[in-house]
Amino acid sequence: MSFSHYLVDLAKIFVSSSIINNIILIQFLGLCSYIGLTDNMSSSIGMSFAVIFVTVSSSILTWVIDHWILIPSHLQPVLQITSFILVIGSFVGLVQIYLKKASPNLYKAMGIYLPLIATNCIILGVTFINSMNNYDFIQSIVEAIGISLGYTLAMIMLAGIRERLRNSDVPQFFKGKAIAFMVSGILALAFLGFQGMIK
Amino acid sequence: MKKYLKIIWDGISPANPVLIIAIGLCSVIAVSNSVKSALLMTFSFGLVLIPSEIIISTIRKLIPDEIRVPIFVVVIAAFTTMSVLLSRAYFTAIYDVIKLYILLIVVNCIIIGRAEAFAYVHPVVESLFDGIGMTIGYGWVLTAIAVVRELLGKGTLAGIQVLPQSFQPALIMILPPAGFLMIGILVGALETYLRKKGDKK
Repeated sequence: MSFSHYLVDLAKIFVSSSIINNIILIQFLGLCSYIGLTDNMSSSIGMSFAVIFVTVSSSILTWVIDHWILIPSHLQPVLQITSFILVIGSFVGLVQIYLKKASPNLYKAMGIYLPLIATNCIILGVTFINSMNNYDFIQSIVEAIGISLGYTLAMIMLAGIRERLRNSDVPQFFKGKAIAFMVSGILALAFLGFQGMIK
Repeated sequence: MKKYLKIIWDGISPANPVLIIAIGLCSVIAVSNSVKSALLMTFSFGLVLIPSEIIISTIRKLIPDEIRVPIFVVVIAAFTTMSVLLSRAYFTAIYDVIKLYILLIVVNCIIIGRAEAFAYVHPVVESLFDGIGMTIGYGWVLTAIAVVRELLGKGTLAGIQVLPQSFQPALIMILPPAGFLMIGILVGALETYLRKKGDKK
């Protein structure tokens, strides 16, 4: 495969992971934080930054483990889930300890979301998607960036809409969380329009 | 015996993991577009939840309090691997469609939540029944949503034509947005019901 083909391929992966197969609206991963944290804009932005950082670094980590340890030793089907979740969990824990000590400001902005991320399905989902599609190292990173930017997009959209909803007259039946689901349904409908953009 | 039946009933209705506690929604929305995948998902879910609760409750006195969560995760990950391999071997066609969600049972909040809240503080037999109750509770909500979506979206049930051919299926029901809309309506109905019940008291 020539270099320009490879670049086109990377662009395809990026667009498809961030918009066409948006991780929240089309694939339904990470709904807990999507519904739980979009009450206000600042927490959804903080969570998004934390997700971008952890997704990219853990997909690098798990790619190395997958291709240098698990596949050569033929242990991938048996040990993949256990090793991925342990590595990601301990990595997130380490980052949290480091941030607390090294940069208290950054910790305040992003650190409180880190424990939530350790069991967030997006992080593990990205690593499984990478390994299912047999992506190489750079493709995995592009996929991780695409997915986490797609997550950011969905989070910020819903947070913005919910800030407006606070001042509007929602039917009694849909007060509270229900309206957030209905709004996401309509957003998902809009994102469905991107389907078929890439062959 | 009555005590055990009550534990199972708790999972089915008063403490239903999906409807009342509202956790683990990702997989509910994602796999509820066909009855077959809903059933396979419930099967794999039970295959992880019940044995993990038994194991965790068996070793609960040996687990140091500070590192209990990593230990839960390792136990759950082991059973998830088994469940993934089983579904891949025996239900390959459906597994290929929903494999991501079966793999992600390992981070399903319901399972970690039940390990922490129930199995860690209850004896083995009670944990076994809690696992059964929670699986039924998760399964019936998932299957009920799947039945509605598949019936309206395709006119079939588990692949068998049920509605007459003249029925024009609403394709939207099996596409992703309908999952959100269904959950929205369910949550709305439930909150209205709870509000009415609160008003009466």
